[in-house]
Amino acid sequence: MTTLEIKQAVKRYPNGALAVKGVDVTVEDGELVVFVGPSGCGKSTLLRMVAGLESVTEGEIVLDGRLVNEVEPANRNIAMVFQNYALYPHMSVYKNLAYGLKNRGTPKAEIDAKVREAAKLLQIGDFLERKPSQLSGGQRQRVAMGRAIVRDPAIFLFDEPLSNLDAKLRNQMRLEIKRLQRRLGTAAIYVTHDQVEAMTLADRIVVLNNGEIEQIGTPAQVYGAPASTFVASFIGAPPMNLLKAQTGDGAIVIGESRIEAPVRANGPVTLGIRPERAHLANGSGGADGPPMKVDTVEELGAVRLIHGSVGGQHFTANQSADEPIPGDQVRLRLQADDLHLFDHGTGRRL
Amino acid sequence: MHKAQFQSPLYPYLLLLPQMAIVAIFFLWPSAEAVRSSFFLQDPFFGNETFVGIDNYTDAVTRSDYGRAAWFTFLFTVVVTFFSLGIALLLAVAADNVLRGQGPYKTLLMWVYAIAPPVAGLIGIMLFDQHIGPIVDFFALFGWDMRVGVDYWDSGIAMMIVATWKQIPVNFIFFLSGLQSIPKGVREAASIDNPSASGRFWTIIFPLLAPTSFFLMIINITYAFFETFGIVDVMLKGEPGNNPVTLVYKVFLDGFRGNDLGGSSAQSVILMVFVLALTIVQFRLIERRVHYT
Ligand SMILES: Nc1ncnc2c1ncn2[C@@H]1O[C@H](COP(=O)(O)OP(=O)(O)O)[C@@H](O)[C@H]1O
Ligand SMILES: [Mg+2]
Repeated sequence: MTTLEIKQAVKRYPNGALAVKGVDVTVEDGELVVFVGPSGCGKSTLLRMVAGLESVTEGEIVLDGRLVNEVEPANRNIAMVFQNYALYPHMSVYKNLAYGLKNRGTPKAEIDAKVREAAKLLQIGDFLERKPSQLSGGQRQRVAMGRAIVRDPAIFLFDEPLSNLDAKLRNQMRLEIKRLQRRLGTAAIYVTHDQVEAMTLADRIVVLNNGEIEQIGTPAQVYGAPASTFVASFIGAPPMNLLKAQTGDGAIVIGESRIEAPVRANGPVTLGIRPERAHLANGSGGADGPPMKVDTVEELGAVRLIHGSVGGQHFTANQSADEPIPGDQVRLRLQADDLHLFDHGTGRRL
Repeated sequence: MHKAQFQSPLYPYLLLLPQMAIVAIFFLWPSAEAVRSSFFLQDPFFGNETFVGIDNYTDAVTRSDYGRAAWFTFLFTVVVTFFSLGIALLLAVAADNVLRGQGPYKTLLMWVYAIAPPVAGLIGIMLFDQHIGPIVDFFALFGWDMRVGVDYWDSGIAMMIVATWKQIPVNFIFFLSGLQSIPKGVREAASIDNPSASGRFWTIIFPLLAPTSFFLMIINITYAFFETFGIVDVMLKGEPGNNPVTLVYKVFLDGFRGNDLGGSSAQSVILMVFVLALTIVQFRLIERRVHYT
């Protein structure tokens, strides 16, 4: 079953800014969909249209089979977790959690049971009488989650909920959000600009760019077969190498060197190679790929990054720390499966 | 950080001197003089003084016209504070809804209102003028023959309306900036949690405005008590007759019209104690002001 359908959604702000340009997304029951993209690409706008915090200029938002374009946020059966938590500063944690239920006329005993259950789930039971100002960032984050959980909504909406936390807490909470969402079995949309968060959390990723969808797919699909150079360079760290190349006669030509590959294209293309799929061979150690000139080596512990150039274009390769540190000149060893070809002009995958 | 050091330790005091002198000449000395003369009976013609202890105080507070003035001042203060706060809040909420996220507009509106109070006061007084005042004409349509400056309640109501009218812009600015400082996210979270707009106002917005409201309440009480002298004076044109007066105005009447300097000093000392108490309350409130961050 489908929880949410966004059909041809368009958002034009009163000042004329076109933030969302005709977007189709569906969220299935229990699915966690991540909207990812650079700052300003329209992720929050799209999410807020689902929440009812922004009006829908064109298109339809259908939640549980009901068209909700004109429905007030409180009557949409959604719950949202905001980036800065947006807790009610004058209310205790308990009241923060209870507020939404109280306004829906839930009986007191039921409110109490739900609040305590959510508090237990999120380990904030000890803080119920505290004000938000007496909590740490991580605790506030939990309260914000609790406020969403007690409502038992059709869908959770998260807008960069972890971006105000330090790196360690962020990783911990990320895992916790995923567990919680699985356990509750509630559909969710999670907005982030962090591709690592997107990859680790998502059942499906929606990559947005400039108000439009670049690609929708599972993390594996988006990583393994990026639909455009934009997706290729946005998902994965360090980003995919993108080289100007020529194709023809069953080969790809970068600068002076040829790679034999079964290509149909003919003419200029953009060739994408993930750093972790570019294997290096010292000197002429059996590799027949294009030569790479090495200029900087970065040690990251388990792996190291080799920066340099291929055919005069910047190139980064990824190497296990067990392998020997390469010299100034190496050759790349490439597999045909690891080569991504994109249209030279549009950047779309060929 | 670099600290500027004065050459001589006396220099900073020298810089403070003008301010100190002003405080001493225009505040400390008159206050001390008021306290002193409140214990004496003054002969207004020959300047002789007789020490009378607390007689001036007992006289002042037991006289029936003092009681009447105190009662009117109380009523006046309650009415003016309540309505100037209430109306300003109403206007601020309306303006806030229009202004949400529209910066330039906001600054413009603030300016207009920042300039307004003195002008508003003048206009308000003109509105009640016996000869050219449109409000007097307006009430006349309903058969209310308002005689400001002659009839007790007509004058009293006119004073309350003008005093309220004059204070609304100040309250409006504070309320508006209070409303604008409520985080957008909190309002949005509330709109998801509560379908009723008025419910959201009373459970979220109004409590978050509470610090502003407390602060304004003190300001308004002080205003109604002490700063409405001019309004009362213009309304009565210096002829109290059968008209209501505020305690501050009575100090002036008894001292300068009644030539009872001792009694008037005693009354002003009572007011000084009152304003002192208010100030203490205000400081306490500011100290305890909850900082929601
Ligand atoms: N209230 C608004 N009025 C006008 N333009 C807006 C408003 N909010 C966002 N925008 C614009 O819409 C675009 C998308 O914004 P947003 O959805 O917040 O991006 P994201 O969340 O992906 O960073 C941006 O160009 C932004 O400047
Ligand atoms: Mg955003």
